Amino acid sequence: MATQNSRSIARLMMAPAVIMLLGWMLVPLTMTLWFSFRKYLPLRGGDMGWVGFDNYVSFVSSSSFWPSVQTTLIIVGSVLVITVFLGILLAILLDQPMWGQGIVRILVISPFFVMPTVSALVWKNIFMDPVNGLLAHLWKFFGAVPIQWLSQESVKSIIMIVSWQWLPFATLILLTAVQSLDREQIEASEMDGAKPLQRFGYIVLPHLARAITIVVLIQTIFLLSIFAEIFVTTGGAFGTKTLSYLIFSRVLESQNIGLGSAGGIYAVILANIVAIFLMRIVGKNLGT
Amino acid sequence: MARAVTNNLKIINTIVAWGIGFLIFFPILWTILTSFKTEGMAIADPPVFLFFDWTMENYTEVQERSNYLRFLWNSIFIAGGSTILGILVAVPAAWSMAFVPSKRTKDILLWMLSTKMLPAVGVLYPIYLLFIQFGLLDSILGLTLVLMLINLPIIVWMLYTYFKEIPVAILEAARIDGASLKSEILYVLMPMAIPGIASTLLLNFILAWNEAFWTLNLTAAKAAPLTAFIASYSSPEGLFFAKLSAASTLAIAPVIVLGWFSQKQLVRGLTFGAVK
Repeated sequence: MATQNSRSIARLMMAPAVIMLLGWMLVPLTMTLWFSFRKYLPLRGGDMGWVGFDNYVSFVSSSSFWPSVQTTLIIVGSVLVITVFLGILLAILLDQPMWGQGIVRILVISPFFVMPTVSALVWKNIFMDPVNGLLAHLWKFFGAVPIQWLSQESVKSIIMIVSWQWLPFATLILLTAVQSLDREQIEASEMDGAKPLQRFGYIVLPHLARAITIVVLIQTIFLLSIFAEIFVTTGGAFGTKTLSYLIFSRVLESQNIGLGSAGGIYAVILANIVAIFLMRIVGKNLGT
Repeated sequence: MARAVTNNLKIINTIVAWGIGFLIFFPILWTILTSFKTEGMAIADPPVFLFFDWTMENYTEVQERSNYLRFLWNSIFIAGGSTILGILVAVPAAWSMAFVPSKRTKDILLWMLSTKMLPAVGVLYPIYLLFIQFGLLDSILGLTLVLMLINLPIIVWMLYTYFKEIPVAILEAARIDGASLKSEILYVLMPMAIPGIASTLLLNFILAWNEAFWTLNLTAAKAAPLTAFIASYSSPEGLFFAKLSAASTLAIAPVIVLGWFSQKQLVRGLTFGAVK
């Protein structure tokens, strides 16, 4: 249908966006790749030449690498399990007939719009402060000794904060999926005598499978690079350095650009592995 | 009988859902309440919920102490500027992909999505270096550009899914009725495209407002937006709960209200049209 003329106009209209994103992706990434093969310490001698894969080897063999991988997996895994599990329950609950559904939705979705530095700081002080925090008051009320949240239970505290931020996202997407469920199918299964649990297992859950996959993939990509929540609360102390936070501290705190860049390349590869799965689903949905 | 059962169920649902909703919203509510307390009240044990002497002094003090308005303006400029710039670049691109699709359209869309997946920390130093090189460090312009680029894939995708829903048949009908290209765009396409553009604008403004990696790492004093202003309260001298709450409330209130209006678009925008 489209003529040769309209095709070239279309290409011209696309050009600015494509060129900008191409530049945004290629220029810094090439630089990171270049630095990753060099011994580069801006504050201690500058660029000291080509070192091959040395940075890649020392990044992985440093004593903080495996703990950071472990922390990353624990945080990402726990937040995913918590948000998806509670998200499904909440989505189904919010889909039931009730009064003031719109208001409840607003209450549930709100944490997602709180900027990460605010939620990190509010949780850290007003809730988790071991002396004056609200949770400390609560613990004392029940006669328990208040927990030193961000030093003794640092990883769990961060999981709590991040789950609070991402539960709304999971809930909202799963709710959208639940609402697209075919009512007649549910009614038919009810008439055939299916129990609520059976209905959930055989109809609702399979219907949600795709939405759950999408929630998991998108959250994984965002969670792999959570930053403010750690920067503001512990600054990477008490075993809360994730992989991306480790890279950040190599680059900006210890100013070891070569090492940090090698870590950056690892992070890019890791994110791409997740991204491939996500893009496959999104691409299938695109049709054309 | 059946009627009564469903009504009972509805009551239980309502109570449980409101309870959970309240619990999830509570940290925000508590922050807002604390912002109206005196510092002494803010840390009182047992905590005071509603019955305290409401005061505005925290708000006035936050403004006096920290020049809050400058951070607010920076946030508005950066979030607004990056969103508008992004839309200007993305509308033609999304438009042409939706109405003149080619074999490569799908690949281009997916490739754009893949740039969004690039972990920021992987390119932190190069961007830092480029910013120093071009004198963009701690400038509103630099941050606006970066935020535009990181949100551009989402903007293109959202607009694409909206434009895709405009039926081509209507355009053909208008053409048969003798509409010129100009009136076709002005009277047929624009009215149908504007809601989509508006929702894209809204969601991306929120995303840019809350962005906290680049805004923290690329600004110092001059161009710092609210994300950085709040982060400055993490230093020990800032440990005043009521003032912290007032500053937090000021930083989040505008976008939470905007966010309530963007629930539907949020799903579409952040799942790249895969869940509608």
